[in-house]
Amino acid sequence: MSAGAPDFEALLREALSPIDPPADLAARMESALVNLTELAQEELESWELSTMRDPRNWVRPAAAAMIGAGAGTALVVLRVRGRHRARKQQSSSLRELAGRTISDIAEEARRVMPDR
Amino acid sequence: MPDAQDTPPSKAELDARFTELYRRHLRDVYSYSYYRVGNHYDAEDLTEQTFLQAYRHFERALRESDGRPLRPWLIRIAHNLAANFYRDRARKPESSIEDAGMISAPHTTEALVEGREELKTILEGVAKLPDDRREALIMRFALGMDNREIARALDRTDGATKVLLHRAIRQLEGIVAEQSAPAAVPATPPVPSSHREAG
Repeated sequence: MSAGAPDFEALLREALSPIDPPADLAARMESALVNLTELAQEELESWELSTMRDPRNWVRPAAAAMIGAGAGTALVVLRVRGRHRARKQQSSSLRELAGRTISDIAEEARRVMPDR
Repeated sequence: MPDAQDTPPSKAELDARFTELYRRHLRDVYSYSYYRVGNHYDAEDLTEQTFLQAYRHFERALRESDGRPLRPWLIRIAHNLAANFYRDRARKPESSIEDAGMISAPHTTEALVEGREELKTILEGVAKLPDDRREALIMRFALGMDNREIARALDRTDGATKVLLHRAIRQLEGIVAEQSAPAAVPATPPVPSSHREAG
């Protein structure tokens, strides 16, 4: 039994090899964490009104406004963006989509920064 | 370095350290999550939630870690979230506990071992282990954690963890041997030849 143990452990190591996260998850989280920590505050100050006409662009500045710049902003954005498609399907109008987006941001902000 | 202990880190410093933690351990958290839930969709969600939780408690974790690595703490968060995940799934009538079982989605794990029968048998065996043994094996072999890290993640002593791992490997060896046995001795059972079909 024990003579076969090293081989067995090698097989076990092979069977349970590490799994690389899908590229889109890694890229999404990476860019959000690296860039948004520095950019969120600046974006709040220099956000162009024209961009705001598209509800898809509301998530980042709204999250930044609620919780301030930082990795927390990035994570809220990630979570809220991840559900964009679901919200869109549930919404019959832009107004409804905006409402759902804002309440989603508030909920995620509370989860990330419970003390604020 | 008493200063480092006494002065709380700034927000920018915390964010930088969190980003570093995330970069170093994204793959660990994802691997752990994947082997727990058995599919990429839920593993992504579990990974995101783990880092969200970690961010919420990062400052306290840093303070209490006393300089020790934070990987066991991260994996423990994932472990707790995965437990909640299974509890939630179990409550839903449309999905049984077996459906939500660890490594129970053969269409996904089969892809991992790419037709290698012995690896597939091992993964099936891992899925049959009790939860704590299965988790210890995932941490050791998929994440490469040492006994001390696993002990911290599972909130056990180093000694208890060593025993846990040893027993997990022995039990898995037994399961794999059992699974392999029927295929290894197909011609020996005393089955009347008239009852056997050709091939």
